[in-house]
Amino acid sequence: MSWALAALIGLQGAAGTYLLLHRSLTRIILGLGLLANAVNLIALTAGGSPGSPPIIGEDGQMADPLPQALVLTAIVIGFGVTAFLLATALRSWTIDGNDDVEDDIEDVRLARAALESDRSSGPDPTTSDSEFTGEVDEVPEAGES
Amino acid sequence: MIALLALQGIVAAVCLTPGRRSARWAIPVATLGTFIGFVWMLTQASAVTSGRITTENWKWVPQLGLTLDFRLDGWALLMGLLIFGIGTLVLGYSHFYFPKRPDLGKIAGLLAAFAGAMWGLVAANGLFTLFLFWELTSVTSFLLIGLEDRSAAARNAATRAFLVTGGGGLAMLAGLILLSTASGTSEISEILADPPAGGVVPAALVLVLIGAFAKSAQFPLHFWLPGAMAAPTPISAYLHSATMVKAGLVVVARFAPVFADVAPWRFMVLTAGSISLLLGGIRALRQQDAKVILAYGTVSQLGLLMILLGVGTAGTTYAGVALLTAHALFKASLFLSIGVVDHQVGTRDIRRLRGLLRKLPVVAAATITAGASMAAIPPTFGFVAKEKGLDALLNLDMGAAGTITLIAVVVGSAFTVAYTVRLLIGVFGNRAPGAAGHAAVDPARVKVPSWAFKFAPVFLAFLSLLFGLIAGPVGDWLGKVASSLDPAAGAYHLVLWPGLNTALALSVVTWVGGGAIAWWLYRQERDADAGVGFATILYDRTYNGLLVGARKITAVTHSGSLPVYVGVALATLIACLVAALVAGDAQELGSTRITNSPIELGAVAVTAILTVGILRTQRRFSAALLLGGAGYGLAIVFLSFGAPDLALTQFLVETLVIVLYLLVLARLPEEFSEPPSWAPGILRAVFAAAVGIGLALFAVATSAVTNDYPVGDTLTAMAEPLGGGKNVVNVILVDFRGWDTLGEIAVLAVAAAGVINLATVARREMLRRGLFASARSTNETGFGVQSSPVAGDVGPTPQRRSVILTTTTRGLVPVLAVTSVYLTFRGHNAPGGGFAGGLVLSIAVALRYFAEGPGTLRKLGIDPIKMMGAGLLLAAIVAGYPLATGGAPMESTIWKFTLPLIGQVKLVSSTFFDIGVYLVVVGAVVGAMRALVDTDETAGEADLADGVATEELETT
Repeated sequence: MSWALAALIGLQGAAGTYLLLHRSLTRIILGLGLLANAVNLIALTAGGSPGSPPIIGEDGQMADPLPQALVLTAIVIGFGVTAFLLATALRSWTIDGNDDVEDDIEDVRLARAALESDRSSGPDPTTSDSEFTGEVDEVPEAGES
Repeated sequence: MIALLALQGIVAAVCLTPGRRSARWAIPVATLGTFIGFVWMLTQASAVTSGRITTENWKWVPQLGLTLDFRLDGWALLMGLLIFGIGTLVLGYSHFYFPKRPDLGKIAGLLAAFAGAMWGLVAANGLFTLFLFWELTSVTSFLLIGLEDRSAAARNAATRAFLVTGGGGLAMLAGLILLSTASGTSEISEILADPPAGGVVPAALVLVLIGAFAKSAQFPLHFWLPGAMAAPTPISAYLHSATMVKAGLVVVARFAPVFADVAPWRFMVLTAGSISLLLGGIRALRQQDAKVILAYGTVSQLGLLMILLGVGTAGTTYAGVALLTAHALFKASLFLSIGVVDHQVGTRDIRRLRGLLRKLPVVAAATITAGASMAAIPPTFGFVAKEKGLDALLNLDMGAAGTITLIAVVVGSAFTVAYTVRLLIGVFGNRAPGAAGHAAVDPARVKVPSWAFKFAPVFLAFLSLLFGLIAGPVGDWLGKVASSLDPAAGAYHLVLWPGLNTALALSVVTWVGGGAIAWWLYRQERDADAGVGFATILYDRTYNGLLVGARKITAVTHSGSLPVYVGVALATLIACLVAALVAGDAQELGSTRITNSPIELGAVAVTAILTVGILRTQRRFSAALLLGGAGYGLAIVFLSFGAPDLALTQFLVETLVIVLYLLVLARLPEEFSEPPSWAPGILRAVFAAAVGIGLALFAVATSAVTNDYPVGDTLTAMAEPLGGGKNVVNVILVDFRGWDTLGEIAVLAVAAAGVINLATVARREMLRRGLFASARSTNETGFGVQSSPVAGDVGPTPQRRSVILTTTTRGLVPVLAVTSVYLTFRGHNAPGGGFAGGLVLSIAVALRYFAEGPGTLRKLGIDPIKMMGAGLLLAAIVAGYPLATGGAPMESTIWKFTLPLIGQVKLVSSTFFDIGVYLVVVGAVVGAMRALVDTDETAGEADLADGVATEELETT
């Protein structure tokens, strides 16, 4: 590990976070890309010091192959995520005319409803005193089927 | 026993089958089912009462030691007779009670399921068998109470009943588990034969009692029962008076003879029983609905039964068994009679009923007989049993507690007499009609019920009388039943006329007292509806409070803002990292160097500058290109770290990411929009800096404590002998951790399918709005295609093709294609592999597109989607084929053979896995690119249809 790599991790992590907190989807995708870079670097360096490529027959102290395999997977997955989000941005732009991530309307509606009404329901309506009259217990005509 | 369960299960399944729900035959079929059960019980009766005990078990989950244990003894037999006997009568009655209903099959099926579950409960010998059927009865009860699912009152009542009885069941489960641990067995008969003591046993018994109280509607968990009257009357008669509410008593009666002396069993039983007895009686006196009077009466009677069966002496147990039988008979009869009245008259309100004595004389006679049994008037069976109970309580040797209990029972019995009289006068008397809102019914319009309809209540009332008259033999038979609970209880007998003794004197007190209370109430009868009980209000407040609280928590935590969610997630991440750093041991940071190598330092510097550039630019294209550059810089860092495979993949991926950005950003405005800020920029910057610093410190700390690579070294050692490759990273990907890779390429395929669908949606929207036309002609729409040279060149028209680019590409593409194959095959021993190879071929395809236009992507000659599918299939086959030869999945096979001219060749099966990866990568990337390109105006209608077909292919 070197301070240079640590600094790069910090910078890309911070820049990625900053972009991620925007509402423009393009910026969010860029931010995710940077954050993924930082995390990949962390995973790689967590494996220890640099060394020679992990190929049998190479000279010198070999670098740990395991984090490399994991990061390789992460890079490809990150690529898939980027592609998907870019397509989402495209769709958002064609349909809404912008690529901004709005507040979830359903969440907002639920939140407002919950804060407005303190009681979910009143007391039970009085039960009918019969099962053969009254609207509560009225049985619809059975269709012979 | 198990066969009976299966029978009820089959009947329930047949009746509940969708499409047969309104079938008229459903109720007769269920009646037959319960009748078979009843007959079976009768055939067992003589053997069981002479002492035979049958056990059966069925290994349910042998691996977990879960067995369904059943045991037929006298007590189970009595309950079985009640369950199936009353079940037959109630179901037969239901056939006439429910005229035409669309849910007859549902009612019949649920009743059959309930009868089976209840039978399983009473016959259960395993603790967990008991719990299983206990909860099954709660579930069927819930569904039956909530039968009128369009009525809010019925739904609330069903939920309340289920939460109370089901929750009590959970408490009981905890108690049963403790008991099973303490005794080392889960068989009830073994626990009772050799009861555990001390330790957790008192706690276990308290939990079991809570469950029993909830089920048997004992104070303070009694309040669900009156609400359960929302169910149709036959169901109330069967579940909520005759059988299910006795489940708690069934368990208490089994445990009491053994455990009653363990504190606080007796205290709890006597307290809850006495309060329920008095409270139920008082509340029954204030109700106007005949059915609800009976419901509170049930609470009261169950309290008395809880006292008798819970005290645990032989005398009380015997009296409890007799009274439980009496109660099942008279209470079911009363409910069914009230059901007939409701059915014929159209109301159960005692303020409105009048003139029915003459109009419904048979029903009246049955109700009065059953009522006499309830009020313990001779010569009914209720009287005989109650006498026995008073006698047993008088002989208790419990000091003050016994006296207090006796007083409670006498007072409670007086209430019972009072509400019985009030009920009978209310329903069949000719009291003056009440206030305007309660207009009296006109007896002339009441139709006389058929005999078949009246049969069940009349028959049960008849039994209530008959058992009293033949109290001797009935008592002897019940003695044999009770001896299965407590051997000493077999010595007791019943007599119709016990002679003048203290118990009889107490009975006279209850008659006189009850009559006086009834008279007093009659004189000053008020018409007001009884208020909602305190326990119900408390429950409803708590329940509503929970719901409202949950909603408020959701409202606060779920604001709907993505930046807030992301912020919370990242803040949590940083908090965890900091916690780990503080808790961990970080004194080795001294080993950290400035840099590992000059190349690394240079690459880091360039990457850092490009990263800052991304933050500063306002243009989307610039940002995308800068991101690509930063990615290349990172690839160099990887290379200098000793990770050539990573460097290669990173480099290729960044190239393709730039291509995708170009394809998408060509349709988006050139500059970032400035959406309304959710938080000041400085706050975001501070937060981002905190995340960055946290990540950097974490990275330093984790790498500093890594001194050796146990996993990595093992994998390296195994790479050649097991994986047949020299490139350890590649061997890990295609062999050791091949499952990960298989999942990963599946994710890639799914992402590609998502891109294709999203792009198709976007394209359809563009076509609909005619945006393709306007995009070129004007900049006002925000499509800044003209202003950006790169965007304008995406998908070049023939006139704008660059000759140099086209020529170079034509030469380059075949070279790249060959390189991609070479990379894939050598990947096992040198940097490369399926990912790198697939990415190189994708870049070649992208190059041709940029040089020659979108036509190249549409005339590939091979469908990328099919390519993806073929790749996935190939990888899955390679992963799974060792299974066929008896190996483990993903196990590599190494073939060595000699070819002429080439020499010795070593072929490893995982190479084919890598080919699968290669195909998926190419298919996914090219498919996604094609879909994005097709959103361009030059795409024709035919391709759109193709795109839709692809979409359908993906979703199916």
